Amino acid sequence: MSTTIIYTIVSLVSLGLLFSVVLYFVAQKFKVEEDPRVDIVESLLPGANCGGCGMAGCRAFADALVKAPAIGSLFCPVGGDAVMEKVAAALGKEAVKTEPKVAVIKCHGTLDNRPKTNHFDGYASCKGMAALYSGDTGCRYGCLGKGDCVNVCLFDAIHIDERRGIVEVDEEKCVACGACVKACPKSIIELRPKGPKNRRVYVSCSSRDKGAIARKVCSVSCIGCGKCVKACPFDAITLENNLAYIDPAKCKLCRKCVDECPTKAIWAVNFPIKVPVAPKQEEGQSPIVNNES
Amino acid sequence: MKLTFSIGGIHPKENKLSRDAHIETFPIPDVAYISMAQHLGSPAEPVVQKGDKVKAGQVIGKPTGFISGFVHSSVSGTVTAVESKGDLAGNPVMHVVIAVEGDEWCEEIDRSKDIVREIPFSSEEILEKIKNAGVVGLGGAAFPTHVKLNPPKDKKAEWLIINGTECEPYITSDDRIMRERPDEIVIGSVIMMKALKVEKCYIGIEDNKPEAITSMTKAASQYPQIKVVPLKKKYPQGGEKQLIEALTGYRVPSLALPIEVGAVVHNVGTALAVYEAVQKNKPLIDSIITVTGTCVPHHRNFIVRVGTPFSKMLDAIGGLPKDAAKLVCGGPMMGKAVANLEASTLKAVSSLLLLTEAETKRKEESNCIRCAKCTEACPMGLEPYLLNKLSRIGGLYDELEQEKVHDCIECGCCLYSCPAHIPLLDIIRVSKAEVLTIMRNRSLKK
Repeated sequence: MSTTIIYTIVSLVSLGLLFSVVLYFVAQKFKVEEDPRVDIVESLLPGANCGGCGMAGCRAFADALVKAPAIGSLFCPVGGDAVMEKVAAALGKEAVKTEPKVAVIKCHGTLDNRPKTNHFDGYASCKGMAALYSGDTGCRYGCLGKGDCVNVCLFDAIHIDERRGIVEVDEEKCVACGACVKACPKSIIELRPKGPKNRRVYVSCSSRDKGAIARKVCSVSCIGCGKCVKACPFDAITLENNLAYIDPAKCKLCRKCVDECPTKAIWAVNFPIKVPVAPKQEEGQSPIVNNES
Repeated sequence: MKLTFSIGGIHPKENKLSRDAHIETFPIPDVAYISMAQHLGSPAEPVVQKGDKVKAGQVIGKPTGFISGFVHSSVSGTVTAVESKGDLAGNPVMHVVIAVEGDEWCEEIDRSKDIVREIPFSSEEILEKIKNAGVVGLGGAAFPTHVKLNPPKDKKAEWLIINGTECEPYITSDDRIMRERPDEIVIGSVIMMKALKVEKCYIGIEDNKPEAITSMTKAASQYPQIKVVPLKKKYPQGGEKQLIEALTGYRVPSLALPIEVGAVVHNVGTALAVYEAVQKNKPLIDSIITVTGTCVPHHRNFIVRVGTPFSKMLDAIGGLPKDAAKLVCGGPMMGKAVANLEASTLKAVSSLLLLTEAETKRKEESNCIRCAKCTEACPMGLEPYLLNKLSRIGGLYDELEQEKVHDCIECGCCLYSCPAHIPLLDIIRVSKAEVLTIMRNRSLKK
């Protein structure tokens, strides 16, 4: 009985030793040479594997960073400039300053602004809904509110406000990875520079319908009147297909367009509340109180 | 034993409420909104301008690609606008708006009721006539008929199959034309056989339409090459692949067209349109539409000019019934909900169905209990519960492709049979579209 156990132990140990020797030489022979810097860079990256950089994950991005001659347009939106500086220092490459971005929803068709015209009873998916028809409101460009963007966000930064029926971005949590931009079948999410002190001005509408139609279905739609284009002293606003677009690179945040917009489709966020200077001015403009709540 | 397809299928309640209502001529609308996208493929390009006078049957849109078709004016009058307008799903489509004045037709159109049996045209002439008449498949998909009748040179068609199954509940427009105009359908089939150069033709009709079977058999009796085959009633027998299997016994392989097994399938409505196009020079400018639903007091079958707004059709049945909650264009299984009442009828609209809240309300979804009822019901042999699982995880497109999600014909049998009320079709439809996009991109790269 005991001899069986001894034979077993001896034979298995000798087999194990034999295989370990063979495997050692095989491993030496077929060793994959990998740049040790990839490991270092990967350890510096946030490790969210969100794909915001456009690569398959953090390791793939680290590999790309090591191989690239210069950092150039490679950028980790989650880590931001702080991480990219560390990576640049570790690799001995020149850091590129990039403006931090944030996702903005270019639609403010809440239930109050944009009443429902029909009831969608199917599976709650924006993609499925967009494939079937134009949507449950009169506007065929706006937010469908079924939360495809919420499902893909790895950072819990985007939510549906059920009461108002609109999607909102939590700008503290948003890292501008762009997952929501890809998920939205209506293409209403844009990554825009955060702006100085998080202040930014943008058109919160995606409707390319003619003014009369757009206004009929949603009270805060861009009607393509072009008043903002004329008001802008910096030529930052362009009007295309009945929809204004503010170029963030040219915008100096003067907010003249915000005052001018007849439907309040242009949003200025994180600005201090503007108080009317003096009652003497009889321009009849109401104080702009824009809140991103 | 009557023929049918072998895998899956369901037996929804028939509800053919309008089956005994004669086809009535619907009044010409005051304003016709004629869509330029009435066929599968690229939309037609308008060839008229604001202020032009048009006659019924005049070309107002010309094709813009290989898979495209002509669009004709269905009324006579003045073009008041050429503009983008919402279709029945609310998406913008180019429309020609015509203010109706009288009812003047183009001279070459023969509007008499006489039946013309001689076919003095060659195969090419027939195809040209069908193309110029803007005939599309009236089974629902609106695929241009002249493309389907002109298979690739290396493929040989053996059978022409005429689809008179009308397997969807409620709809009776095909039933009515088979009962009222059987001779024209049969001659249309002979014309299509000549165009395809085939010797055999089957007309498949489900056995819940005995009158249609009788009248069609009588009309086809003088053409020995045409055989009217009664089929066992089962949904979705009107599906192209299912009908081919039921009639010939051949199964069309995955991702292949019916011509692979030598079959070409056309609807009875298309056969009628082909007859009118070839023998009477009449373009496809009207459609037979059933207006029905349990909440509708009078069930009607109408012949309607293309471009009549849906709202006008509702007026004709005495306005929207109080308890109607949903309007469906097409049958209850595969039809599309009408999201825009201002939209107008198209060539391939066969029914306007009004459903009540109780009929349309979805029940609350619960967990899958793996009962495999969906698998049993699927006529394509797929496993809907598995496709649902894979789709919900997200990103598993390779696995979905392996499970042949692209074979789904969106018939809705899985959703109908699911005791847990899981929206299987809704979910599968989304992943099917994504897998097809991936497959298309892959073949483009090659």
